Amino acid sequence: MTQVNRLAGGQIDRTKTCNFTFDGNPYAGHSGDTLASALLANGVRLMGRSFKYHRPRGVLTAGSEEPNALVELRGGARQEPNTRATTIELYDGLLAKSQNHMGSLRFDLLAINDRLSNFLTAGFYYKTFMWPAAFWEKLYEPIIRKAAGLGSLSLKDDPDVYDKGFLHCDLLIIGAGPAGLMAALIAGRAGADVIIADEDFALGGRLNSETLSIADQSGADWAAATIAELSSLPNVRIMPRTTVIGAFDHGIYGAVERVGDHLHTPDANKPRQVLWRIYTQKTILAAGAIERPIAFENNDRPGIMLGSALRTYANRFAVAADKRVAIFTNNNDGHRTAADLHAKGVKISAVVDVRPDAPRSMDYEVLQGEVVDTKGRLGLTFAEVKLADGSIRTLECGALGMSGGWNPNVHMTCHQRGRPVWNDGIAAFVPGADLPTGMIVAGAANGDMSTAGALKGGATAAKLALGLKGRLPKLPKAEDAPINLKPFWYVKGCSRAWLDQQNDVTVKDVKLSHQEGFRSVEHLKRYTTLGMATDQGKTSNMGGLAIMAELAGKAIPEVGTTIFRPPYTPTAIGALGGRHRGQEFHPKRLTPSHKWAEEHGAVFVEVGNWLRAQWFPREGETTWRESVDREVLATRKSVGVCDVTTLGKVDVQGTDAADFLNKIYCNGFAKLAVGKTRYGLMLREDGIAMDDGTAARLAEDHFVVTTTTANALPVYRHMEFVRQCLFPDIDVQLISTTEAWAQYAVAGPNSRNLLSAIVDQVISNEAFPFMACANITICGGLRARLFRISFSGELAYEIAVPTEYGDALMRKIMEVGAQYDVTPYGTEALGVMRIEKGHAAGNELNGTTTALNLGMARMVSKKKDSIGSTLSERDGLNGDGQLSQVGIKPVDPNDPVPAGAHLMDADGPVDAAHDQGYATSACYSPHLGHAIAIGFLKNGTDRMGERMRLVSPLTGVDVQVEITSAHFIDPEGERLRA
Amino acid sequence: MRYSGLKVIKEALTGHKEWTPAWRDPEPQSEYDVIVIGGGGHGLATAYYLAKEYEQKRIAVLEKGWIGGGNVGRNTTIIRSNYLLDGNEPFYEFSLKLWEGLEQDFNYNAMVSQRGILNLIHSDAQRDAFIRRGNAMLLNGADAEMLTTAQIKARYPFLNTEDARFPIKGGLAQHRGGTVRHDAVAWGYARGADSRGVDIIQNCEVTGFRIENGKCLGVETSRGFIGAKKVGCAVAGSSSRLMSKAEMRLPMESHVLQAFVSEGLKPVLPGVVTFGAGHFYVSQSDKGGLVFGGDLDGYNSYAQRGNLPTVEDVCEGGMAIFPAFGRARLLRMWGGIMDMSMDGSPIIDRTHIDGLYFNGGWCYGGFKATPASGFCFAHLLANDVPHPTATAYRFDRFEKGLMIDEKGMGNQPNLH
Amino acid sequence: MIIDHPLLGPRDASEFTYMGDAKLIDRPDWQSQTAAQEFYEYGYLRDNPAGWHEELWFHEAGDRSWLVVTRNTVTHDISKVELARDVARARGRSK
Repeated sequence: MTQVNRLAGGQIDRTKTCNFTFDGNPYAGHSGDTLASALLANGVRLMGRSFKYHRPRGVLTAGSEEPNALVELRGGARQEPNTRATTIELYDGLLAKSQNHMGSLRFDLLAINDRLSNFLTAGFYYKTFMWPAAFWEKLYEPIIRKAAGLGSLSLKDDPDVYDKGFLHCDLLIIGAGPAGLMAALIAGRAGADVIIADEDFALGGRLNSETLSIADQSGADWAAATIAELSSLPNVRIMPRTTVIGAFDHGIYGAVERVGDHLHTPDANKPRQVLWRIYTQKTILAAGAIERPIAFENNDRPGIMLGSALRTYANRFAVAADKRVAIFTNNNDGHRTAADLHAKGVKISAVVDVRPDAPRSMDYEVLQGEVVDTKGRLGLTFAEVKLADGSIRTLECGALGMSGGWNPNVHMTCHQRGRPVWNDGIAAFVPGADLPTGMIVAGAANGDMSTAGALKGGATAAKLALGLKGRLPKLPKAEDAPINLKPFWYVKGCSRAWLDQQNDVTVKDVKLSHQEGFRSVEHLKRYTTLGMATDQGKTSNMGGLAIMAELAGKAIPEVGTTIFRPPYTPTAIGALGGRHRGQEFHPKRLTPSHKWAEEHGAVFVEVGNWLRAQWFPREGETTWRESVDREVLATRKSVGVCDVTTLGKVDVQGTDAADFLNKIYCNGFAKLAVGKTRYGLMLREDGIAMDDGTAARLAEDHFVVTTTTANALPVYRHMEFVRQCLFPDIDVQLISTTEAWAQYAVAGPNSRNLLSAIVDQVISNEAFPFMACANITICGGLRARLFRISFSGELAYEIAVPTEYGDALMRKIMEVGAQYDVTPYGTEALGVMRIEKGHAAGNELNGTTTALNLGMARMVSKKKDSIGSTLSERDGLNGDGQLSQVGIKPVDPNDPVPAGAHLMDADGPVDAAHDQGYATSACYSPHLGHAIAIGFLKNGTDRMGERMRLVSPLTGVDVQVEITSAHFIDPEGERLRA
Repeated sequence: MRYSGLKVIKEALTGHKEWTPAWRDPEPQSEYDVIVIGGGGHGLATAYYLAKEYEQKRIAVLEKGWIGGGNVGRNTTIIRSNYLLDGNEPFYEFSLKLWEGLEQDFNYNAMVSQRGILNLIHSDAQRDAFIRRGNAMLLNGADAEMLTTAQIKARYPFLNTEDARFPIKGGLAQHRGGTVRHDAVAWGYARGADSRGVDIIQNCEVTGFRIENGKCLGVETSRGFIGAKKVGCAVAGSSSRLMSKAEMRLPMESHVLQAFVSEGLKPVLPGVVTFGAGHFYVSQSDKGGLVFGGDLDGYNSYAQRGNLPTVEDVCEGGMAIFPAFGRARLLRMWGGIMDMSMDGSPIIDRTHIDGLYFNGGWCYGGFKATPASGFCFAHLLANDVPHPTATAYRFDRFEKGLMIDEKGMGNQPNLH
Repeated sequence: MIIDHPLLGPRDASEFTYMGDAKLIDRPDWQSQTAAQEFYEYGYLRDNPAGWHEELWFHEAGDRSWLVVTRNTVTHDISKVELARDVARARGRSK
């Protein structure tokens, strides 16, 4: 097919032909076209189907406000549903498909809905599909869901890359039409840091769509010259293809730059889109205005579009929407369209104007009247006009331009809950007084509809925004005609007259909504779905409001608007996600000996953002249990080593350090001797256990506090809160040293022998007893810290070196430990050994357990003020019936005792009312040869030896268990003191 | 008027002339037996059950704006009863059971769709916690099922199980969970209440309480004083503001929670999926939009809008598990104001003032609770004793140390 | 949002962690006769105003200062930012 509707002129590059495919048919257009303009050039008016009635749809607009011409762009994993043909820049090889039809676009089987439209009125689904009850999910809903929706996702992973960045400026200008460009020129010449962003690929806004002149050049040429000057200014950043999507607090704007969407595929090493967060002092919103349609019977046929869109297609893209065009208008703008098209050689069937005093023309017929109906199944063929005298006149036309006036684009002025105000002069809402901080509105967005008004508005706004002194420069002469509008929203007596063309909301639906009591503007929207389509009602809401106001006998501003919400236009979720996907979703934290662990075949597990070695499989081991059992037994038999670098570490220094620990731990630290370590339990202020760890006193005024891996950050934050906010004069300094020290647990009967070969000092049991700590040196002088603490229940140490020596220390331990058959163990073996020993960890410190629950009630000192001690005394956390930590072992040693299972009386009912407690952590104990668990049981301390049922209906477990002490191994603690 | 398919057909054939307003627009009377403040989901449900189940007369609902304009009109429509703790699970299961018969009960199709909810598991500790929770659900008579990654993959083949930073290790499913058309819940309750004689009075803002000798006699409103024997407050998002007029300080903070919807898409998601490790949950509406959300913005706010970092955080979570969503577009974002309570659980209780009752603190979980909240609040208003499933939702639980803290985050509301 | 840190100048709010009402500075005396009641009110009851609110923010990804930010909960405008330590001292806290 040839470009039958291509006119002369325009801003397309005729030297560059772009071949493209729509619904499998090949077409050609030019660089500078949009998909919509290229299709129209090829005589294609039918581009899609509406949401509900599957009515045929063509373009309504020439911009991002398009509700109708939505396509699936590209194929494969790059398929992009619901893409507005009016904003797709044509490129060679472009592939697009129409969407939302069953069968072909021309013969959509679901068009049957249109025949049933009388049954499918606003909200009909709330009144039916209720019987039989089970049929909703099984029958009705699947049918509705399948018919609903618009385009399809490929369901393949998005292959493109997205990026994010920050920009800072003095002045952000949104929109590069006459107002925005003039503002940029003045601000740029004044030396301010300016960003000017426009969603279009061609800057100039309406200047590119009009034949109006500025001074003695065309508007488009003036725009080009202005952009050329702005480009020469180093302090001005020009951002085409960039949509500012939202105004957020304190002058922060979100903007999406489409870097690669106009290409077949994004350039190598370039993102598809970039999300910019723009931080600006001032903002000039120069987003222009959007023309509004008029509602009349069957006003939704392909070929019927906004008058301004007809002009854009003709003047910018050199495309006639059809050979014969009619205009329906209530203001002078419609006549401008007719004049422009006529000048381009398009036949004007007539201009239908509702005003008795409409301008006359020598070139075409002007009729006073209203369009009352149209014909044409897949595209407009005729329009019926009711003349002032009541007679009907039929116009032959393939396109009809609607000019109902213009709505200033107030969207972004309302993102911080501002409300627009009504302006009678243009019969439209204009920005109100409560704008986002630092925002000034200029040009058509502010209700100044003429070119001269836009230039002046832009210049004034720039001066105001930057506080420039002196007079404005002389502005070029430009068109300044009044639009002379007579408000006219819909043709009386019409019923199937579309307001929201995508969601199929008609005048009749608005009337029904009112009849049924849905009279608030929000009720209207929600009941009819008016304005909820992908265009968010940019062309439809005003018509609905006007009709609602009329029905309610109110003025339009009394009815009000719904709330404008970001984003300004729909935004790819990928762009908002940026690079945070796949392995890059969150950063990975690796310990200093990660590489060593990799070399030794470790299986890693995610612990927060850390990766930790979970176990070290050896050749011949087929299950993880084999490896873990071996690691546990080897450690308990000889010696094992585990990387515990991820534990949080906080250095506490100052003359009040001991005092400070007394406040953050419920147990006492004042009397802890230098060179000793103590277990500490930290409560939240509400008396619930927050975290546990150790505090080692390295000097009178120096402690090293450890936290669990998960709580490293919150505990540090809490300690700073206590220090800065509660005890501001306390002489203590804190610093998190988690990343500064690599730390290893060396555990097992041979741990002392092993470490003696590394540590420069004597560490005999006498010289370095259980719970000792010290600054030491190793390997002949390297500074290190040694703590004789044990999580495993064995004779054990933790040894810390500056991070950069972590890898070397690990290798050294393995080297000197070879004679003891030292075994590296991972987090699983660590977990098994601590369960065998009955130590609480994350599963027990779950944010709801108290010191009493954990069997540490006596640790909570009543002799001092510590965080949480007062509220821990509340009745509900004490007394009979409290949970206490117990051990759980199966009566039959072959039975499992899974974590998450609940404890029930041995012969009582199994239900929530008889729930006695639950297992928190469980493992197979290679030491004991059966599964064990620890958990919480009501009055558990008094129930040792009791037989109970442990049930997990979720996983099909119901076993007899015996309640025991949680200390399955070495309850007297002889091993750790050895 | 009774709604039915036949009625729709009859009206379609006769020009839709007989449809009448779904609720009246009455002038307020000078006195009522019970006034419910707040024409949101919970307030309307309360009035509905007061009239229907507790046979109370002379009931009014006072709404400062338009009914259904609070959080019932701005949530992510999920229903579920996958709670852990004794204080919560029986209540939410009661609510889920009410959802299951709701449409036939109030003769309005709220599109209750039990498409299932799936909580993804990413660590062994999380699995332990979810097993405990699933067992608590089963022991309370709710449904729960543990799914393997392969089972999940069969239902959601485009879920990122190959290249995930936090690999999926299974999931806890509640098949009876799902979604409901949120606005229709408010409208269905309003219509049901109105037809039973409840006066629903819109554009009537309560500006104060008339309290004498420790007894509440009625409310001052933008339309004058209205007397009442009992006044129940159900104004989620405005609880602290309203109750401060009775000189009460509440155990809660107001926070903004953002939610998002994509453009309409052909069906891709059969049920609700939550990704706790990444602050993301999503379902797909009957119209085809992906409805999703994540965490609170985290600061006190009454602004009904949030900021960009949270938007990004949520979309990052979405892209992490559903990398195919990159080419879907976010259509609209909005913010609702949550009464974040000090333990993450609600309050349905009498106040220390005679005749003044309170329902609030629903955090971000109020929508699914709507039927039971209304039922239990009606029970309390009618009988002066709590409904058996809501006995734990007391004001004094914080003073007594009887918190109902599902997440174990303590007295910091923005962490719940 | 942007928080104008008294030591570091304007910083993005995403560098901070939020805690809540700055009344949390006013921790009761544990030895008071009515300590239980005071700690309950301190721990659990909030004014939660719609309007100006003094609140605690921690510069977690920055210098680890706790700040008292006076912010409007309706408009999100910020009128004052102080070091929490200074505020605590001014409110009579010491050690």
